Amino acid sequence: MSTRQVCLTINGREYTGAVEPRKLLTDFLRDDLGLTGTHVGCEQGVCGACTVLLNGEPVRSCLLFAVQANGAELKTVEGMAPNATELHPLQEKFWELHGLQCGFCTPGILLTAEALLKEIPHPSEEQIREWLSGNLCRCTGYQNIVTAIHEAAKTLSERRT
Amino acid sequence: MPYIGSSVKRKEDVRLLRGIGKYVGDIHRAGMVHAAILRSTHAHARLVKIDAAAALKLPGVLGVLTAADMPGLKTIPMRTGVIPGLERSQQTPIATTKVRYVGEPVAVVVAENRYLAEDALEWIDVEYAAQGAVIDASESMKPGAPRLHDATPNNVAANFQVDVGDVDEAFRDADLIIEEEFSTQRHSAVPLENRGLVAEWDEGRGLLTMWGPTKMTHTNWRILSELTGLPQSCIHFIEPEVGGGFGARGEFYPEDFLIPFAAMHFRKPICWIEDRSENLKAMNQSRQQEHRVKIGVKKDGTILAMDAEILFDMGSYTRTHGGVPAIAASAMLRGPFRVKNYRCNVFCVLTNKTPVGTYRSPGRYEANFVRERLLDMVAHRLKLDPADVRRRNLIRHEEMPCDLGKHPFHSMVYDTGDFPGQFERALERFGYEDLKATCAAAKLEGRAVGVGIGCFVETSGIGPWEYARVEVDNAGQVVLYSGCNSVGQGIATALSQIVADELQVAIENVRVVHGDTAKVPYGNGSNASRSTVMAGSAAVGASRKVKDKLLRLAAANLEIDTADLILRDGRVVARGAPERAVSFKDLARLALPGAALKNGMTPGISEEDFFATDKRPFPYGVHIAEVEVDKETGKIKILDYLVTEDIGRKINPMIIEGQMAGGLAQGIGGALLEEFVYDEDGQPLSTNFMDYLLPTAMEIPKAQLISTEDFPSPHNPLGVKGAGEGGITAAGAALANAVSNALGVEVKKLPLKPDYVLQLIKDCQAAG
Amino acid sequence: MKPAKFDYHDPTSIDEALGLMSQFGDQARPLAGGQSLVPLMNFRLIRPAHLIDLNGVDELSYLSAEDAVLRIGATTRQRQLERSAEIARRWPLLRDAAAFIGHIQIRNRGTVGGSLAHAFPSAELPVAMVTLGASMLLRAKTTRRSVRAEDFFLSTMTTALQPEELLTEISVPELPANTGWSYQEVSRRYGDFALAGSASLLAVDGKGDIRYARLALTGVTPIRARKAEESLVGERPSEALFCDAAQRATENLEQDSDIHASAEYRRAACAALARRALTQAAQRASDSMKGTLR
Repeated sequence: MSTRQVCLTINGREYTGAVEPRKLLTDFLRDDLGLTGTHVGCEQGVCGACTVLLNGEPVRSCLLFAVQANGAELKTVEGMAPNATELHPLQEKFWELHGLQCGFCTPGILLTAEALLKEIPHPSEEQIREWLSGNLCRCTGYQNIVTAIHEAAKTLSERRT
Repeated sequence: MPYIGSSVKRKEDVRLLRGIGKYVGDIHRAGMVHAAILRSTHAHARLVKIDAAAALKLPGVLGVLTAADMPGLKTIPMRTGVIPGLERSQQTPIATTKVRYVGEPVAVVVAENRYLAEDALEWIDVEYAAQGAVIDASESMKPGAPRLHDATPNNVAANFQVDVGDVDEAFRDADLIIEEEFSTQRHSAVPLENRGLVAEWDEGRGLLTMWGPTKMTHTNWRILSELTGLPQSCIHFIEPEVGGGFGARGEFYPEDFLIPFAAMHFRKPICWIEDRSENLKAMNQSRQQEHRVKIGVKKDGTILAMDAEILFDMGSYTRTHGGVPAIAASAMLRGPFRVKNYRCNVFCVLTNKTPVGTYRSPGRYEANFVRERLLDMVAHRLKLDPADVRRRNLIRHEEMPCDLGKHPFHSMVYDTGDFPGQFERALERFGYEDLKATCAAAKLEGRAVGVGIGCFVETSGIGPWEYARVEVDNAGQVVLYSGCNSVGQGIATALSQIVADELQVAIENVRVVHGDTAKVPYGNGSNASRSTVMAGSAAVGASRKVKDKLLRLAAANLEIDTADLILRDGRVVARGAPERAVSFKDLARLALPGAALKNGMTPGISEEDFFATDKRPFPYGVHIAEVEVDKETGKIKILDYLVTEDIGRKINPMIIEGQMAGGLAQGIGGALLEEFVYDEDGQPLSTNFMDYLLPTAMEIPKAQLISTEDFPSPHNPLGVKGAGEGGITAAGAALANAVSNALGVEVKKLPLKPDYVLQLIKDCQAAG
Repeated sequence: MKPAKFDYHDPTSIDEALGLMSQFGDQARPLAGGQSLVPLMNFRLIRPAHLIDLNGVDELSYLSAEDAVLRIGATTRQRQLERSAEIARRWPLLRDAAAFIGHIQIRNRGTVGGSLAHAFPSAELPVAMVTLGASMLLRAKTTRRSVRAEDFFLSTMTTALQPEELLTEISVPELPANTGWSYQEVSRRYGDFALAGSASLLAVDGKGDIRYARLALTGVTPIRARKAEESLVGERPSEALFCDAAQRATENLEQDSDIHASAEYRRAACAALARRALTQAAQRASDSMKGTLR
């Protein structure tokens, strides 16, 4: 079995590994690096549970081979909170407003939301829903997620000023 | 301020938000290898030969197991929904001589990783002799249809009747009789996390540990013991985080035997994580029913009688739920209405499709759709307002408790409630009267806008018992060991609220342990909206016993009579003299065996309780939908939606509303999008997420969700009714009525695919 | 759902990529965004022996509109079509169609060339390119040819690409001044492939008569409705005219049935969407003439 060396930065930390070319990025993150916060729901790019930020943009990690991430900068849910005691404003608002139930889709949704708020600091409900449509949630009915993102946008903009 | 009734933030959330909660796929054991399951590609065939020689030669493959490696295989028993006859079509965990659905396990591959295991699947050669599949329930019952199981010659696994009053006599007095056929499509829970198990066999000690079982941990514990012959004391189940259940996850599936069997066989920890394509073929499906219903009414809309025949398409085997969806549909077809004469003939029919189990609001979603459609048809034929037909027939508060008459498998006494009162408030809140004018005005502009109502009664809180143990640990923390499970609904938070109030401690100082068979000896799991009702009530009982113990310990320590002591903030305090107090932590030390035995007390602060009842609380409510239909494309837009539900008493309003919102989204999915389609050979066509359509944030509207606690249930100390299923149960009904209303058509089946909607419009135009 | 084994190649230039394509022929698959290819590989419905990853070929990723033609490098991300101010101004149909592709997370990775080469019949970019009269540059190690979009899409997931060829560039001609546009589709869920779709471009003359018309539809392959287009030119825009053109366009439209919709549904919905597309494009053309279009 031929393997390739992969070297990348995840949540500000450097990781290296040797992978078979067919290994999906999700499996590399989860099985080789132990970053199990990135979840696997469909392996065909529909559900969004495996969403990570690749060079700042939300993408499906189930549709990338780990070799393709060589040299990339990744962010996963484990990198969202500033430290072990505080949460990111999005995480805070999801907690406060019941934006999660089983939590399986949550990591992907948080990362999509983070990218959204970076691109559109004050999104409309329609914009939030449009971005969210790439992440399936089977528990919440989405409304509380929409509200939580809205509220987190306010917190983030207050922090900026 | 009490925790009960307050929207406490969930205790589960922080680890989930940080991505450090451990789901079964996140469990790693040293030396762990991976399983993949070879599944039948035929819907109905004899297994002629399985040749795994080529697969065994692949690198990294530990082995391949088939039925031949598992002598003495037993079938998986029903745990509920037992109808005589269903036992004839139970499933062995792996196919022995025949396969009966695409997706049935045929062999198990174990390899060093999932990639290699999937490689090996491709090299197993299976020879099948096709036997002709039957896909449609009514075709399956006909003479000459391919027979699935030798013991069920006509493919009817079970048949039963409900017979209340005198239906034939009542029809003679009817001014109008309508007879119609309705159908609901096969769809299911489809939680976002696929199923999975990790099994580890400690050969030296003879101990089997399993991560992954949930929902019915203790039931599955017993079933695995029975199927393997290993005593329950040698099996340890651990429930990890769970990515959604909704009825389908956590039942005892074939893999729940195969994976531990493989772990024992190969003497290695084995991980099996289902992929989505397997999940959509192998996990319980649900909802597929055909109803032929006759209703007789007076001119004013008063219902005199209903006569129904239900075909319950159960797929190819009886699973652990037995006939629950059929039982529930036949019991709840009357909903919140007075139907004094009622007859229902139910056929549980086998077909060559994935076996069926429960999905959130089993049988009721289907029955509500049928009945509420029928009531709208009555209204149209009698030129009455659909709301008036319902007003005429809703069971009144003064009729409670209301016994609907004998059902062979379902307790049918509605406990409490004011159905008409709640109905009126829902109409008023939604602005129903004004909306009728809005719809009419829109129609004049050529727009198809409509409003639809769906009334419901839910069942909940199924017994017969639940277990709880409450202890105060050495740090003075309160720990509840509960027999229920988490399926992601937030049960640990709700139970913590109950215990914190009983023992007057901060919720941060309550921890809930569930789903671990080494720590919790008994349990009936989380299903049928029972956890808060049953596990909550058991927690109350155990907490009260602990309170008693704390008071007695403190009384001895402080030399104050128990009557003069109260619990406050994790301490026992003298009434009126707060400086005289002893903390739970100190009491825990005083209760250690050395001290306690010396004082003649039972050591420890730990008390068990069982809450037992056969009576169910019945939550009830109303769905109302306003939709606009694009008459050229058949696309449906939900303009507004209301759900109201009375659940007796709210433990955590935020969680309850979350349940309503989530249930509604699934109900909308079932009404508009989701369907397991099979071709005529029994090949499943909805085996990926581009074909099985879960709703996205763009399809789900912001809904009005109103939960009330007007009528506490008399059947439990908390007064609660289960809140898990009201959000989904009448969504198909309300949306079908709204679309019918918008277009002036009569919807008779779900889902409301654009194609079907255009067909309805066309048929209506053709009929003039 | 894990892909079968393959050998991975990551060329850094077009020539290197074409060399690999030539070396491995039909044993090779180029990998662009992977948003369609990788799911099929995960399902093991496609199992190339050699995967040639084009993501390291920087010279394949560009957008240029310096002359009258829009040139799109094949691995340009779909999201870049949406974000380009130049495209929004001069080829808004392309922007609108791109916004219907999957979801943002998919468009961040999915490429223009990848979507076109995949040729899924109800995908958005193929029908948009046919409407816009785009042409595809197909290169192999020793050959280079340009194929009109209409001739590129042969049938469901089949294109004019030969095994050793790569689609390297898409060029889109400038539209006549004051062209109105519209992209319409209906899908089961937001972001799904279209059950039916239609794109239109219209321009009117000083009197308000149609002087330029393009109409295309989704079908088993994206189809230009030439007869309908011809029936429009020289006419005054009206509901009846567009209704008639939409009927003409869909009369013999070949459609497939699947679990989401019947062929009959698709034809009926295409007719409605074609009429809406024409109506909206005409409105925009007229607004543009009057200078009221934003």
